[in-house]
Amino acid sequence: MESVKRDIIGKLQEQILSLQGVKPVGDGPAVNFGLGEISASFPGKVFPLAAIHEFLSTNLEDAAASGGFISALLSSLMQKGGLCLWISTQRKIFPPSLITFGLSPERIIFIDLQNERDVLWASEEALKCESLAAVVTELDEISFAQSRRLQLVIEKSRVTSFIIRKNAEKLSATLAAARWRISALPSEAIDGLPGLGFPRWNIELLKVKNGLPGSWTIEYSGGSFRAPSKTVSETIEIRKAV
Amino acid sequence: MQKRYMSIWFSTLLTDWIRIKRPALRDLPLVFSDKAGNRMVITATSSEASLLGIHLGMPLADARAIVPDLEVIENQCHKSERLLRAIGEWCIRYSPLVAVEEDQGLILDISGCAHLWGGEREYLREIVNRLRGLGYFVRAAISDTMGTSWAVARYGKISPIIKSTEELNALLSLPPMALRLSAVASQKLIKLGLKTVGSFISMPRSVLRRRIGEENMERIEQVLGQKEERFSPIVVPELYGERLASMEPIRTRKGIEIAIEKLLTQLCNHLERDGMGLRSALLQSFRIDGKVIRTEIGTNSPSAHISHLLKLFSLKIEQIEPKMGIELFTMDATKVEPLDPRQEALWAAEKGVEDQKVTELLDKLAGKVGLQAIQRYLPQPYHWPERSIKKVDSLHETLSLPWRTDRLRPVQLLKIPEPVQVSAPIPDYPPMLFRYQGITHQVKKADGPERIEREWWLEEGEHRDYYQLEDTEGKRYWLFRSGHYSSEKTSGWFIHGFFA
Repeated sequence: MESVKRDIIGKLQEQILSLQGVKPVGDGPAVNFGLGEISASFPGKVFPLAAIHEFLSTNLEDAAASGGFISALLSSLMQKGGLCLWISTQRKIFPPSLITFGLSPERIIFIDLQNERDVLWASEEALKCESLAAVVTELDEISFAQSRRLQLVIEKSRVTSFIIRKNAEKLSATLAAARWRISALPSEAIDGLPGLGFPRWNIELLKVKNGLPGSWTIEYSGGSFRAPSKTVSETIEIRKAV
Repeated sequence: MQKRYMSIWFSTLLTDWIRIKRPALRDLPLVFSDKAGNRMVITATSSEASLLGIHLGMPLADARAIVPDLEVIENQCHKSERLLRAIGEWCIRYSPLVAVEEDQGLILDISGCAHLWGGEREYLREIVNRLRGLGYFVRAAISDTMGTSWAVARYGKISPIIKSTEELNALLSLPPMALRLSAVASQKLIKLGLKTVGSFISMPRSVLRRRIGEENMERIEQVLGQKEERFSPIVVPELYGERLASMEPIRTRKGIEIAIEKLLTQLCNHLERDGMGLRSALLQSFRIDGKVIRTEIGTNSPSAHISHLLKLFSLKIEQIEPKMGIELFTMDATKVEPLDPRQEALWAAEKGVEDQKVTELLDKLAGKVGLQAIQRYLPQPYHWPERSIKKVDSLHETLSLPWRTDRLRPVQLLKIPEPVQVSAPIPDYPPMLFRYQGITHQVKKADGPERIEREWWLEEGEHRDYYQLEDTEGKRYWLFRSGHYSSEKTSGWFIHGFFA
């Protein structure tokens, strides 16, 4: 009886998802982002492509961390080639740094605009173009209606959209599939040597549509994400507690 | 092909111009004056003023003495050149090759143009009537050489149209000035009693050369067509250019669209035949009231697709205001590049730079926000961070050298490094703490220094010693000290970037 119920609920959930514009797993080639346990939070345990991902970053340090994380995602997304658009008003992203995250900077086209309205317009136009791998948009604010416009376009073109929200004070609800916050964490010295270690981030999934929010510590080294060893995360916990 | 030139002389250009602007000045003696040294000198006169004995170069005070109520307009020194250029551009409707010539005139290369107006006589009449209708007093002449046209337009008395090979006959009765000789040389000839061209033109060359000099001899040879004369048109016609004259002035959006489509079809066929693609195009709409509206489009990769280019133009049709109507459209491909035939096959197939959809998207963006908004970067062989990348316009330019991975660079880079307050334990050591935007950051870990020298052959200045710093929260910064540490001055520290 239990299993029958679970089957029915599962089927209903799938139907709801498809009604909400989330296509079932197996639609199109799956991309392995190497996110490990984070992907378990998403519906169907698959990182949702063809959806909006929001990143909150109020300061330049967070913007740098988000930029690194997004480039790492983009590099997996663009493994088979393709182009990506990076639309913003006051861009500070330094292209040569992205090669560290496995992303070839020459495959990104930067669109530097004067005002937010143009950014939204350009993003919508860009998301209409199914030949793009992804579109990254840096914005101060986005309203629910604006995000719905983007979502409607995405449902047709199946392009993934990353939105970096620079003003997190006024947080309006959006149609994003996930809301992230990436912040830096102290790195671990490599083999006990002095100096800086690999970049380490605290990844917070604040909201996931039909999924479970959570928070993880992740390290980026050698071209892939890695959960830091136990001892390290424990020390972080201790430090946080202190 | 037999060359034919038409010279148009504006005898009273400036005064005609001011009278068009201010009709109240009509029929009054009118002069333009300008400073020459310490005094005011007449630079242009109206016909009424010259009849009263006022001539060019006369001091303004003398002229005032002759005609007390003389109307004077001052300080218009470069007006006549600008005016001639503007009229020259207007004249492009009659011939694509128009040049400004000396002594207030225009010269048109009309080879192969006149028959479109039903012959040279009608052509000349049309131009002269149109210009006179505008209010300019003009004289014009057509002949085989620029010099003869110039002479006949200014000094000719019989017919303004000189048939081929009859140049010399037409010139015989004209004064020596008609040959564009220098003032001194023509004065000398007149003093010698050689008052017409006919009286000296058949003299032996060596004799003439001794009297008037080499330069003036060249002038004579040019007039007679024995020597080529340089023709520098004000608007160089594009290699790929099309023109469309309309029977009736066009006033509707639909009409403009049809015109653009027709022009594009011709242009693209022409381009495709040569295997070229268009990078930027200029549409000029010539309005009845003499205004020319310029509309430009650009593409991100060479294209000869009519429908795509039409879409780009249609974004800008609103800017073309027809007012009374448009009588002529010209479209020039101002920048063309070879079209790679392989591209077209790849376009639809593969995701990537070659994808036509992406280029069309970029063209659309460029059409609204401008081409300068679209940036793509490739590495440059420089260490200086600001110079390590270069912007490229073309989507097809590929890596000529690999991206550097040996040195870590910050994800966020400030356009201009910002000064920070730093305390470092000993010189050449990474800082212990630094203060940026009012917040003190305790440095926990540090890497460096990485010294980057300025490329001295490009610019002068201090070198930079870069440090990667991590504060207690794990946030990472890129700081540098400008120049060497010295005890005399406090060394400048700057923040330049943020690592992921």
